Amino acid sequence: MKLHEYQAKFRFAEFGVPIPKGKVATTPEEAFEIAKEIGGTVVVKAQVHVGGRGKAGGVKLAHSPEEAKAHADTILGMDIKGLTVEKVLIDPGADIQKEIYLAITNDRASGKPLIIASAEGGMDIEQLAKERPEAIIREHIDPLFGLHSYQANAVASKMNLAREQWRPFVKIVRQLYQCYAASDAELAEINPLVIQGNGSILAVDGKMIIDDSALSRQPKLAAMRDLADEVEAERQAREAGISYVKLDGQIGCMVNGAGLAMTTMDMINLYGDGEFGPANFLDIGGGAGPEKVVAALKIILSDPNVKAVLVNIFGGITRCDDVAKGFIEAYDIVKPNVPIMMRLQGTNAAEGQEIITNANIPRLETADTLTEAAQKAVAAARGV
Amino acid sequence: MAILANKDTKVIVQGITGGQGSFHTRLMIDYGTQVVGGVVPGKGGEWFDNDIPVFDTVADAVNATGATTTMVIVPPPFAPDGVIEAVDAGLELIVCLTEHIPVKEMMKVYHYVQRSGKSRLLGPNCPGLLVPGQMKIGFIPDMIAKPGNVGVVSKSGTLTYEVGFALKNYGMGQSTIVGIGGDPVIGTSFVDILQMYESDPETEKVVLLGEIGGNAEILAADFIKNNMTKPVAAFIAGQSAPPGKRMGHAGAIVEGGEGTAEEKIAALEDAGVRVAKNPEEIPALLAK
Repeated sequence: MKLHEYQAKFRFAEFGVPIPKGKVATTPEEAFEIAKEIGGTVVVKAQVHVGGRGKAGGVKLAHSPEEAKAHADTILGMDIKGLTVEKVLIDPGADIQKEIYLAITNDRASGKPLIIASAEGGMDIEQLAKERPEAIIREHIDPLFGLHSYQANAVASKMNLAREQWRPFVKIVRQLYQCYAASDAELAEINPLVIQGNGSILAVDGKMIIDDSALSRQPKLAAMRDLADEVEAERQAREAGISYVKLDGQIGCMVNGAGLAMTTMDMINLYGDGEFGPANFLDIGGGAGPEKVVAALKIILSDPNVKAVLVNIFGGITRCDDVAKGFIEAYDIVKPNVPIMMRLQGTNAAEGQEIITNANIPRLETADTLTEAAQKAVAAARGV
Repeated sequence: MAILANKDTKVIVQGITGGQGSFHTRLMIDYGTQVVGGVVPGKGGEWFDNDIPVFDTVADAVNATGATTTMVIVPPPFAPDGVIEAVDAGLELIVCLTEHIPVKEMMKVYHYVQRSGKSRLLGPNCPGLLVPGQMKIGFIPDMIAKPGNVGVVSKSGTLTYEVGFALKNYGMGQSTIVGIGGDPVIGTSFVDILQMYESDPETEKVVLLGEIGGNAEILAADFIKNNMTKPVAAFIAGQSAPPGKRMGHAGAIVEGGEGTAEEKIAALEDAGVRVAKNPEEIPALLAK
């Protein structure tokens, strides 16, 4: 789960990382009051979960409360890459002498936390990694011991920081690590970490991603989820315990298991001739009962692009007869007006098939193999 | 001979009395697995199905039964501790099926297992392993299995069933079927299993089922290119997945343009692997 910039920075501050003393506004009037309270130059920053908000006009400098109000008025409600801006952060302007990059992330290849740092902050780190990999410093942390002090010192040394900045920088590395570890973060990133004219260091922008598997033990962070930033169908799926990702195609998919769900999407693409593709990724999970099937069918059909639905179940823990019963229940509630292609294989497949056959559902066809199911689903979508 | 386990392997189940644990333990016993004990703290001295002794600790179970292998099927908050307990009790193979263990905990567990120098962890978030006609640990359905000489290794559960079933329908059996799991940090990698298949006399051909995210398939391609003599066929799921979106498995995500299906397929093809566009074509590709 991604946190907004203000949420990430306020979280950093709980661990001692110095941040600008800004506040969040949801109206231009609030922005005016905050800018007045801060005094001097402020930055008005859109709080949305997309990159490139600066280029999209979502970050603006204001030299007076009136100007801050005007910028907030423009930015609030602005559409940035499909997301509406509901909040702005009003931060005091920083006196930027130098910009540093500092992040701690889970490195899956080594199975260790990894510090990534660069004296060339402010830019896109992935681009920097491609263009000038030597400008990036990496330091792996032992997950059983945590960060050793010498490692933070080593990072400072490799950055060629001025001597007087060592102590505050090393302190920030330690604080950021503590924040990352205590938050079950996948990523805690400061970009840029700014060295100001007076030598002080400030985290001007922040980003945090929290491990979804840890949200149940991080209730304070879980409560920060911004529902407005989530596609409605994805929210419903999450609440029903279903993995769902909306895509651009026309064939809705209901599958058990993530690997098979991706494969089913790939098969639709393979046989869709560039004309038809998957409308979604959907994994109903292991051992899914009727209520999940009902929720899944509703979610799939809430997408107006869907012209056909492909149900692909390979029963292991999930029993095909359970899915079949659930599907019939779901069919009565949802009453789909698109053709359905159903393929049941594995545990209790014959029983499931019988339930489906006996239900005499109009515009429902069955298939034995995944290939046949994908081909028939494409043909059905084409027929609409 | 199979890899990792066989009909003589003595297995204990951590979480044997839970809903999932009891259901799958019974299926494992039916298939031929020697389940010699269970571990549930506070239930030591009781019996599972009047037949299998339950112990309070893994150490007690090992001392009493001589088990070398354990299946961990407990909820996420308890699973890391369960694996560490199994390491401390000296078990050789620890199969952890639990999904949704926080990555921070898994990183600790992974290195704890590595440093033991003795235990191997399979998983977490995996369907386990199955040796056709002999035994299974986990929940791979028996109906896809048939004794034979194809070694299967996969990140996914149901995709494995799909391909196992296709192999069986084609008349090809499997030496072992192994699910390594779909989490970002896992105990046993593709390379570990490929190495075992390469030296297993009963395995003649290998199927690798990968997916988007991470670089395990790239490392596998490297290993195949430099170290493998046996033919390998593969499928990579998620070719149509959008970048930056997590596709069900915690590890299935393309990040910063890395971990794409395209780069994995290219690396595997470069290593001489027969990469299928459709997983149901794998048996025919292997038969060539």
